[in-house]
Amino acid sequence: MNRITSFTARVVVLPIANIDTDQIIPARFLKVTDRAGLGAGLFADWRYAPDGAPDPEFVLNQPAARGAEVLLAGDNFGCGSSREHAPWALPGWGFRAVISTFFADIFRNNSLHNGLLPVTVTAGVHQSLQQQLQRQPEAAVTVDLASQTLTLPDGTSVTFPIDPFARHCLLHGVDQLGFLLGAEPAIRDYEAAHPPRIGTFAVRSGAAS
Amino acid sequence: MASPRTLFAKIWDGHTVRAATPETPAVLYIDLHLVHEVTSPQAFTELRRRGLTVRCPDQTIATMDHSTPTTPRQRDGSYRIGDALAAAQLTQLAQNCAEFGVPLLELGHDLQGIVHVIGPEQGLTQPGMTIVCGDSHTSTHGAFGALAFGIGSSEVGYVLATQCLLQQRPKTMEIRVDGRLQPGVTAKDISLAIIAQIGTGGGTGHVVEYTGSAICALSMEERMTICNMSIEAGARAGLVAPDETTFAYLEGRPAAPRGEAWQRAVRGWRELASDAGATYDAVVQIDAGTLSPMITYGTNPAMGMPVDGTVPDPDQVADPARRASLRKALDYMGLEGGRPLLGQPVDVVFVGSCTNSRISDLRLAARASAGRRVASGVRLLVVPGSQPVKRQAEAEGLREIFEAAGAEWREAGCSMCIAMNGDQLAPGQYAVSTSNRNFEGRQGKGGRTFLASPLTAVASAVSGHVADARRLAGGECRKRGVA
Ligand code: SF4
Repeated sequence: MNRITSFTARVVVLPIANIDTDQIIPARFLKVTDRAGLGAGLFADWRYAPDGAPDPEFVLNQPAARGAEVLLAGDNFGCGSSREHAPWALPGWGFRAVISTFFADIFRNNSLHNGLLPVTVTAGVHQSLQQQLQRQPEAAVTVDLASQTLTLPDGTSVTFPIDPFARHCLLHGVDQLGFLLGAEPAIRDYEAAHPPRIGTFAVRSGAAS
Repeated sequence: MASPRTLFAKIWDGHTVRAATPETPAVLYIDLHLVHEVTSPQAFTELRRRGLTVRCPDQTIATMDHSTPTTPRQRDGSYRIGDALAAAQLTQLAQNCAEFGVPLLELGHDLQGIVHVIGPEQGLTQPGMTIVCGDSHTSTHGAFGALAFGIGSSEVGYVLATQCLLQQRPKTMEIRVDGRLQPGVTAKDISLAIIAQIGTGGGTGHVVEYTGSAICALSMEERMTICNMSIEAGARAGLVAPDETTFAYLEGRPAAPRGEAWQRAVRGWRELASDAGATYDAVVQIDAGTLSPMITYGTNPAMGMPVDGTVPDPDQVADPARRASLRKALDYMGLEGGRPLLGQPVDVVFVGSCTNSRISDLRLAARASAGRRVASGVRLLVVPGSQPVKRQAEAEGLREIFEAAGAEWREAGCSMCIAMNGDQLAPGQYAVSTSNRNFEGRQGKGGRTFLASPLTAVASAVSGHVADARRLAGGECRKRGVA
């Protein structure tokens, strides 16, 4: 896992509320067995015309989007399916953070496993950022994970909440699976005290008794 | 004396391998891990990369459901998989299961089916367990009083390797549904009404426990429908306390305990219900007697209303953000605010998905189809949730009823719920669907979905337009919906 500390980047504004994971990456892109290349499917139903050509009207296809690393979305981002393909597709395109007023649980959790920062801001900050970017579309914001702050183009800084353990892992490059593997003695003790409640092989073979 | 605990707290406490500290989340033990082809390949790859094994294959089971064809099998019983990507994904799952020793209900196995249908059906889903799957509708299993929730592919890898997850303790919400349902109102309608009331984010951060006389009166399959839809309100999981209905459903299922072990298990399960005086972080109350059959008009499951209601008019919505979102949804749906949905022509009706593809759903759909014909120009797909459901329906004569009505009788799978397998809407088509998501493009790019119960779906199929099952001649709605 790469460490994340702080970065400054331009912003793509997609002020649509309730963007669900089927919008972030439609299901037909899920027929893959690895995580590479999913950026091509990001927002596919909005991004491409019926003939497959990029729709010049859509914000990601506009020249100003090139090189942007932050997505400013509308309220309630990432509800729906648990597909981790969503937080694979966003960094696949180049995003490192998404700003919204609200994130769905599973999406937020999946994002943190992939170094994509869900930055939750108040409705007021959201509106102000959108206005600033309207005036200065080329302006950048700074996301600082250590201090949990987002600095807007006008220089104001706001803090954002983030799960403390996920933050620790991202700052220090701690890998969560490695951490869990380190709990092995406790897991063994638990299993010794709690025999398995189920056996799945018997079902497979039709031999369940 | 110990303070009263909720059902959730008892399961959580009983599965805490290591308690949370101010710096680290709790390590939670997982009893049962369900796996399917779409969200697992990257997890197995990670295991391979690190040289890890599957810690508890006997607590893991895989099935093929999302990208599998549901068109009738070939004469030799085999499936034709036209889509090379889907075929590769299925082959990958078979290889992964073989290599890591995980039991698999592959395509063609006589127990294959939708992951959330097979767990309960085989008796794998039991009260008091923790159950996860790389799929958000894992909440379905909460109907048994199990803590069941969806996870991402990274976490699928964690559970394969350690049988544990790192978890922050969620909050709890009680959704209390009291009273008696009116004729023609089903469990699906309760769900759609709850989500319309609390919104797609209303349950975020919470595990919901459904309580109240209307919930107690539901069958297990109806409770599964309700818990299934918990995620559409943003909840982490949905729970119903186990009771006699639960035990009667489970007894004799292949993976359920037997004899002395059964007695012991039931004694333990009886202790799980929330203690008198236990409190929740939030409470929502619903009067079942006031509910109507529900239908969605928009592009998320919270955009729902009584089937005979009027689509909200964006011009009447004061909040600008909500107005914009409603306008965008109605544009996509090709609908005008301020008009009824009844009478809206439909192209396709889908009866299926982990929300409504169990035998009781098919019985209900068959009752509404019997002696009628699907309207000309409309396709009705009936997709059983599993091979056992399919066989049962055939044994009961439901297949004949559907086919006589002009419906397509399919193999088990997710099908048009997620449109990964070729079953999909064409751009602009309207569908009434018993599935759980009406997001833009969910059932095919440009497709437009009205979510509803199996009764409303079939009434619409035979009418050719969105219809109120209570007004169909014949009156199968006089009895409360479900067998
Ligand atoms: S039926 Fe639909 S919601 Fe259920 S598991 Fe399959 S794709 Fe997911």
